[in-house]
Amino acid sequence: MMMHIDLYLAVLLLAPVVAIFWALLVRRGSAWVNLLAAAAVTIAALLLLPQSGTPRVAADGLLYVDRLGAWVVLCIALVYLLASLHAVDYMRHDPEQKRKPMFYALFAGFALAMLAASLANDLGVYWIGIEMTTLVSTFLVGYERQVESLEAAWKYIIIVSAGLSLALLGTVILYWGGSFVLGPTYTLNWLTLQAIAAKMPASLLRLGFFLALIGYGVKAGLAPMHTWLPDAHSEGPAPVSAMLSGALLNTAMLGIVRILGATDIAGQGAWPHRVLIGLGLLSVFVGAMFIVRQRGIKRLMAYSSVEHMGVIALGFGFGGPLGIAGALYHMLNHSLNKSLMFFGAGNAIHRFRTHQMSSMRNMVRALPRSAWIWLAGAIAITGAPPFGLFRSELAILRAGWHKDTLVVAVLLLLLLIVIFVGFLNHFRAMYAGSPEEPLPDGPTPGWLGVLPMVLALLGLLVLGLWWPPVLQTWFAGIAHSLGTAP
Amino acid sequence: MLHFAVSPVIASIFALLAIGSLVLSFVMLGSRWLKDYLHAFALQSWLIAGLSATIAWVTGFHELYYVAVLTALFRGLVLPWLLLRILRRLHVDRELHEVVQPATALLLGALLVIFAVVVAYRIDQTVGIGAQTVTTALTVMLSIKLIGFLVLVIRREAVSHVLGILQIENGIFLGSQILVPGMPMMIELVLLFDLLVAVACFGVLVRYLAGVVGATDSKALRRLTG
Repeated sequence: MMMHIDLYLAVLLLAPVVAIFWALLVRRGSAWVNLLAAAAVTIAALLLLPQSGTPRVAADGLLYVDRLGAWVVLCIALVYLLASLHAVDYMRHDPEQKRKPMFYALFAGFALAMLAASLANDLGVYWIGIEMTTLVSTFLVGYERQVESLEAAWKYIIIVSAGLSLALLGTVILYWGGSFVLGPTYTLNWLTLQAIAAKMPASLLRLGFFLALIGYGVKAGLAPMHTWLPDAHSEGPAPVSAMLSGALLNTAMLGIVRILGATDIAGQGAWPHRVLIGLGLLSVFVGAMFIVRQRGIKRLMAYSSVEHMGVIALGFGFGGPLGIAGALYHMLNHSLNKSLMFFGAGNAIHRFRTHQMSSMRNMVRALPRSAWIWLAGAIAITGAPPFGLFRSELAILRAGWHKDTLVVAVLLLLLLIVIFVGFLNHFRAMYAGSPEEPLPDGPTPGWLGVLPMVLALLGLLVLGLWWPPVLQTWFAGIAHSLGTAP
Repeated sequence: MLHFAVSPVIASIFALLAIGSLVLSFVMLGSRWLKDYLHAFALQSWLIAGLSATIAWVTGFHELYYVAVLTALFRGLVLPWLLLRILRRLHVDRELHEVVQPATALLLGALLVIFAVVVAYRIDQTVGIGAQTVTTALTVMLSIKLIGFLVLVIRREAVSHVLGILQIENGIFLGSQILVPGMPMMIELVLLFDLLVAVACFGVLVRYLAGVVGATDSKALRRLTG
């Protein structure tokens, strides 16, 4: 049992390493090796999940596996697999084929940094992992070396580095607080933090949480720290956008949630929850406003990510078994759905040779193979049944339907309706058009450009129609470990 | 809590080094010549290295000697040298566009220090330590951090942004040396390494910016909005 976990962890971290070295040294076929690595990572993540029931420390205390971490790892792995599939098709249209191995090396490195951060045992190592994701993904955002993509990359690295320095300060403050209990030298890992949270000075615990919330909140795209997100998500290649949105944001949310759990255990959770709810609601509001008036297709998806991160923050902010379960379910659903949407957007951008939605017409005739799947994805991402996000948003709304947070829940409901109308209105315009209009001359996606969209949609449909009962107890276990009474 | 007893002499050495670092932050804030920033940053790193060494000597956390050497080497020599190379290649030597005048910037910086003092005393009160060294460390840490953010806001040149971020990290590093000298060595080493990678990334990106955008002034970066 123990050995198995070590094996899965080794696969999770070594498969991307192999892909990186292959892409740098062998260069030929790096797309397929990257795909193989992603498949191996996904299998290992799926196998790791049922074995992570009891928190466990591995690799000499460097790695830490619990249900929450394994869940985030699963989200990352699925997005990595889908994005690697799509990348094979998407990068075929890249004008600079010579740099492609470099792309895959960075791509696998990005996945590795996210996996390592989610599995890190120490708060400091987690911070370094998150910082590494920034450094690697900056070059993926700026990969196309256009004026816009470099501007996005520069904004991304500066804003996120400055923000993360706040999280580092928060880590130092938490370490300082812990030194009142454990003496000057100890290692601050997640289990230690939970154990000493109640004994350290409450003001330092809260201060540490708020600094970490703002710092990792920058990375998680919570408003008003979201300003880098639309630029970075819209200017990178589509598979990179999917990874940024579906995987990276969850990785940063993990740190916030774990420290939030520590404040809950210490009985200091009231203010942290309120602030998280405030940031979540503001994110949904900002997302809604910019979705309604958006012109660029990928910026539309990016603001939708801000919105969904807000919904997840609200789920954790409302707390309780239902809120936490809804937020976790929403993480997975959003990962699948946003990948689908970015793949579709990437296909459309290639076909129409523009980012502007106003130039996209007659989608069904232009992209006969993927248009309907993309439309279904758009309906899903606005939270309409029968897809997964409907269930998770409903769960979060029910968690907030409580006399203290009723106003927030009602506002959330209203904003979700605004987003539903605004988002689908853009799609209505893109799918309309008369049959006489000429078709664009860009390339249509191959089967690998459509397959990941089909897979993601199938997943969403299954998760929407059937919430596996085992997940129910699984989420309850996570809620319990985060200090919420079942 | 401060994990070591300090005699008045040691306490004043700490205060001297910490305040010296803070003054150098003001030098960075007030000057418009990029090379001045660079020298001030290098000197600040050396002062922090001196602080690490003093703490190592006082507390007996001997790993801090290594940290001191590495700080002086990496932050005091390698990073400034890397940035100097970037500067030479870009042929920029000063900020061309000022968002605020240097005098105003210094005044804003002073206000931030006052804010940091208030916060530091407040933390001190609620935690109940009452040691002057802790208050000084918190004040300087928060001040350098806030001034670093101010630099990010009021400077336009790409290299200034990088130095702003490095300065913020210097502030945290300074504070953590005094507050938590026992923080595991591994973390500090990896942080140093991480900083090196970060500056390398900044450097590559600045070169792309200069090559493709044709400017390293953030004023040129305003295409993506809405």
